[in-house]
Amino acid sequence: MSQSDSSQSISREVSRRVFADEFNTASYTFKESDDERAPVYLLLPTGEQANRVFFVGTLTEKEDVGEDSEWWRGRIVDPTGTFFVYAGQYQPEAASALRELEPPAYVAVVGKPRTYETDEGEINVSIRPESITEVSAATRDQWVVETAERTIDRISRFDDEANEYARMAKEQYGDDVSAYKQTAITALESLESTDELGGSTDGDTEVAEPVDTNPQP
Amino acid sequence: MTDLRTHAAEITAQFSDHLDITEDEVETKLQQLVSEYKVPVDEARRSVTNSYLSDAGIERDEISRGGSERVQVNDIDADEQWVDLTVKLVDLWEPRSDSISQVGLLGDESGTIKFVSFATSELDELEEGSNYELSNVVTDEYQGRYSVKLNRTTTITEIDKEIEVGDNAETIKGALVDVQSGSGLIKRCPEEGCTRVLQNGRCAEHGEVDGEFDLRIKAVIDDGADVHDVIFNREATEALTGIELEEAKQLAMDALDTTVVADEIRTDILGRYYSVTGPTLGRYVLANEFSELTGPADPEAVLIKARSI
Repeated sequence: MSQSDSSQSISREVSRRVFADEFNTASYTFKESDDERAPVYLLLPTGEQANRVFFVGTLTEKEDVGEDSEWWRGRIVDPTGTFFVYAGQYQPEAASALRELEPPAYVAVVGKPRTYETDEGEINVSIRPESITEVSAATRDQWVVETAERTIDRISRFDDEANEYARMAKEQYGDDVSAYKQTAITALESLESTDELGGSTDGDTEVAEPVDTNPQP
Repeated sequence: MTDLRTHAAEITAQFSDHLDITEDEVETKLQQLVSEYKVPVDEARRSVTNSYLSDAGIERDEISRGGSERVQVNDIDADEQWVDLTVKLVDLWEPRSDSISQVGLLGDESGTIKFVSFATSELDELEEGSNYELSNVVTDEYQGRYSVKLNRTTTITEIDKEIEVGDNAETIKGALVDVQSGSGLIKRCPEEGCTRVLQNGRCAEHGEVDGEFDLRIKAVIDDGADVHDVIFNREATEALTGIELEEAKQLAMDALDTTVVADEIRTDILGRYYSVTGPTLGRYVLANEFSELTGPADPEAVLIKARSI
């Protein structure tokens, strides 16, 4: 808050909040300097640069897709779509978290966006996690509200003349961001209906519990 | 153009004690740089000011900015601002150079800030524990930390009021996104007055020593817009994670590895939302009070915002 931007920019990249539908639409990456080690940013369609993201969702599936060594793939679902995370030997903590977690479970993920081109020439985007931890339903709901708010904030700044990332986003993805506003609203409404069913926001914590028939090591 | 007139008036006022110049001629100089040479206004102002400084044969810090702002020390967040402070002299340090007459810590209700007074400014010396009105001090920044410099134009008035000095407390909220290295079960140097954290059993100052165990967490809390470094000391770490120092030692002993403690801590706190309040120390917030934000999320306010755009 009182810390200056200059001291932050050298220390650590902020974790952006973005729903899966917007994240998966992103495909354009860029650097802000020619330095080989300069951070790579994913350009979000609502006009923001993302070098790191934070999201909370339901781990629905995990699979070791590696051949020679472990290479875990996890599907993590939010109210708008699915995040794909990949973790191997160079992400030992995240890989071991995926190895031990039993879906379905609520998980929080901090990670870096990665893009790759498929054989068909399409750009796919996934996350290389720095950490994956199991969290409660309450944390997940807080993330949904926070991410909706950040998304709405980005949309409300989208037509600012001075917003260079919005200008880039218009070039790369077009200037219609109404779909992201709609998904943010739908995500928020999904919380309201959970309230009515469950009586409280953490009424469905049990989903995150490990299955009894599968004893933990 | 009225903008230039304002700048001209300010520059004229700054030099009123030193030079006989009029607003009109200052404005003409600014005008020439801005319209003919396409120099940005700030740069033009700087350039004109510098030329008058050399005309008058004085240094930049000898002119006043004309109307410095009254602020609290914890609100200082920019370099080279002229400000007025009402402060208590909290602490005096040993100057490291002959050019410095006094260096130490000033405080007001909002917190504390470092100050420097230079020998060349020939100011009265401040006394520890006394309270002052200081007008016309300049802010300075080094690696994100702010200080104030007293200078020749600074006026010092001792006041009767006793100032309660605050602790630069700040409250931050967000997701805990990283537990950094140097967290968990650590060893500190046991030498008197040295609390350095040991690296491989060595203190950077005292070499190989028999360290004392301690617990701490260096965490990063991030709300999607700003990033904050937070330190939890032993008490805070125990309260946050439920892992006490003795238990941490036992965990490490059983695993023959101290890093298991940090791993355990990561599992407990990463990815959750927290509110943390405490004093700021450089780029760190020291977690004096904290709570996990577990309350039911309230989508209503954001829904209203979303539907209004």
